[in-house]
Amino acid sequence: MMTNVIQEMNATAATASPGTIRIEPTRGWVSLRLRELWEYRELVYFFMWRDIKVRYKQTVLGALWAIIQPFFTMLVFALFFGRLAKVPSDGIPYPLFSFTALVPWTFFATGLTQASNTLVQNSNMLKKIYFPRMAMPLGTMVAGCVDFCLAFVVLVGMIAFYGIVPTWKVVWLPLFLLIALVTCLGSSLWLSAMNVQFRDVRYTVPFITQFWMYATPIAYPSSLLPEPWRTIYGINPIVGVVEGFRWALLNARTAPGPMVAVSSIVALGLLVSGAYYFRRLERTFADVA
Amino acid sequence: MSEVAVRAEGLGKEFHISQLQRGSKSFREVVVDAFLSPARRMARLLRGHATGAADLDDTIWALRGVNFEIRKGEVVGIIGKNGAGKSTLLKILSRITEPTEGFVEIHGRAGSLLEVGTGFHPELTGRENIYLNGAILGMRKAEIDRKFDEIVAFSEIERFLDTPVKHYSTGMQTRLGFAVAAHLDPEILIVDEVLAVGDAVFQRKCLGKMEDVASGGRTVIFVSHNMGSIVQLCKRAMWLDHGTLRLNGDAPEVVSKYLSEGTETSSVWNGPESFHPSREMAFTRVRILSVDGTESSVIEFDRPFDIELAYDLTCPLRHAIVGYYLQDLRGNRLWESQDVDTGFSHGQIREPGSYVSACRVPGQILRPGRYFLTVFCYIPMRRPLAYHDNILSFEISSAGYQFHLDRVGLTTPVLDWTVQRIEKTFESTVNAGISST
Repeated sequence: MMTNVIQEMNATAATASPGTIRIEPTRGWVSLRLRELWEYRELVYFFMWRDIKVRYKQTVLGALWAIIQPFFTMLVFALFFGRLAKVPSDGIPYPLFSFTALVPWTFFATGLTQASNTLVQNSNMLKKIYFPRMAMPLGTMVAGCVDFCLAFVVLVGMIAFYGIVPTWKVVWLPLFLLIALVTCLGSSLWLSAMNVQFRDVRYTVPFITQFWMYATPIAYPSSLLPEPWRTIYGINPIVGVVEGFRWALLNARTAPGPMVAVSSIVALGLLVSGAYYFRRLERTFADVA
Repeated sequence: MSEVAVRAEGLGKEFHISQLQRGSKSFREVVVDAFLSPARRMARLLRGHATGAADLDDTIWALRGVNFEIRKGEVVGIIGKNGAGKSTLLKILSRITEPTEGFVEIHGRAGSLLEVGTGFHPELTGRENIYLNGAILGMRKAEIDRKFDEIVAFSEIERFLDTPVKHYSTGMQTRLGFAVAAHLDPEILIVDEVLAVGDAVFQRKCLGKMEDVASGGRTVIFVSHNMGSIVQLCKRAMWLDHGTLRLNGDAPEVVSKYLSEGTETSSVWNGPESFHPSREMAFTRVRILSVDGTESSVIEFDRPFDIELAYDLTCPLRHAIVGYYLQDLRGNRLWESQDVDTGFSHGQIREPGSYVSACRVPGQILRPGRYFLTVFCYIPMRRPLAYHDNILSFEISSAGYQFHLDRVGLTTPVLDWTVQRIEKTFESTVNAGISST
């Protein structure tokens, strides 16, 4: 019993910042309090776990939805852009070309849509209990990884079907996925925080994702652009992700190096600015939610 | 013992009125607003009001200049009327919202419980929700694992542990929520009025648990409208009034001051001096009269009393109903009574003139405590002609009757009992029992 108590005291000392908490008005730019977020990592895990559990409850097709969406988009693209419009695809079979891009894209777009609404959907929680608010969009977004994995399995199947043998370049894949994750988190932090104040965001997000999709080389290759424009195109971080995926998995001829570098920097900038913006607005969440 | 657990200094919180209350608008206004306000808001943004939220001009201080200190192990009750700033204070203490000025220092791990079952997800099972809710309240997974069986036992929902919570009754959800919360053990516990929910048996169980927590040497800050539980649980009480700390001291003393001053006890209410001539009906005076006919705001428990409603009619009314209802301190409506029940025939026309409708309330029914009177006049299926809520408050004094606070029920009628000894068996055992104690 005694040891329990001691263990618990140790545990509690770790959960909340030990000793004294001072609650006072914060002004201007505030610290990100990443340490605290780390201390609440179990909550992030539980939010993620909840979203995974709940996502496909009471649906007939369940997790199949994670595959259906990119797969059917791919079919439509293959028919209209690949067959009819004869859009070039860097010498890769068009269905594979577009699906390889659609898998990370769907991960990004779904994550963005859901994470940007999560605070508003759980506004009651914001008013009743304290926790680092960032845990919520973070958990929701990470939950999207499950969908990504499912779609990725289909992608692997398609790669095998077309008889493409991946090379050592595959080891770069986690980096590209990370860029997608960072971009998604960064933009979700911006949008979810804004959404609490202005519900306009809810109507804007579908528009943003649509716009963003056309601004990303999913149905067409970025090689349509001459350098240096192609590298500059990397300002849209998902461009780096998509071209990176094609390069790593499909041996696409065009190495995306400089473009990925640009994308990484932009993604990181988006994340840092998003985190600061989120923390800045966080203090008013309970009052306006 | 004298170590400080919570210290607040100059605490204040300012709200924008538009955040607090938006008056209901007509459909036309809503539509017009929907098109005009973006333009207005954009103009505001351009003028440099960067925050952008609509109508920032009016502000109100929900809390201002609040100073207090709570020592380790103290159980403190916070009382006050609705809108006095209690919830705001709790939200600041729980770090949900930031103060606008001043600061609070919290020494030790604080856990707050402003709602039962925060974050429950209807699609998840009871078991899953215990983990989710526990994590939201700040428990570690290992901690929940360890307390899991205890939580389940306390909630009394073993059989439905793997059923989605959406199929639970409200009572079951509440029990589950409270069970999780009750096993949170922080050094400082901040509790809002969570005991106001659930059935009587469960409420008592929760109260018991709170007593355990309180006697376990932990610091508890507790908001309630239930003066009974404040006095029972807390040594000290803080009375918030219009955002300031009005009184801070011994719980029974603060509670009694609050009861006698916090709301005007009065035996007479006079209607507005002039009323619009087009009004068909207006209350002119409402009184509480003790049995001897004198105005009195304190009535003895076992004495009957009268509620007297005086009103003027400017035109004949058919089917009008004049009546009142009584509310207790916790907002329970004890009963509604109408003068057409016995005093006046419902279909009869009330000719213009001045009237008095009086109602005799028998003694030995209302629990000792404070009551609020709301009076009204309406014609069924039409809008009310007059409605004044909580215009009078009076007190029933216990007058020799000792009712235990645990006694359940909204009223305490003194009923006829007979107690008879039917058989004379077990005599020796009973005697032995008595002699041994």
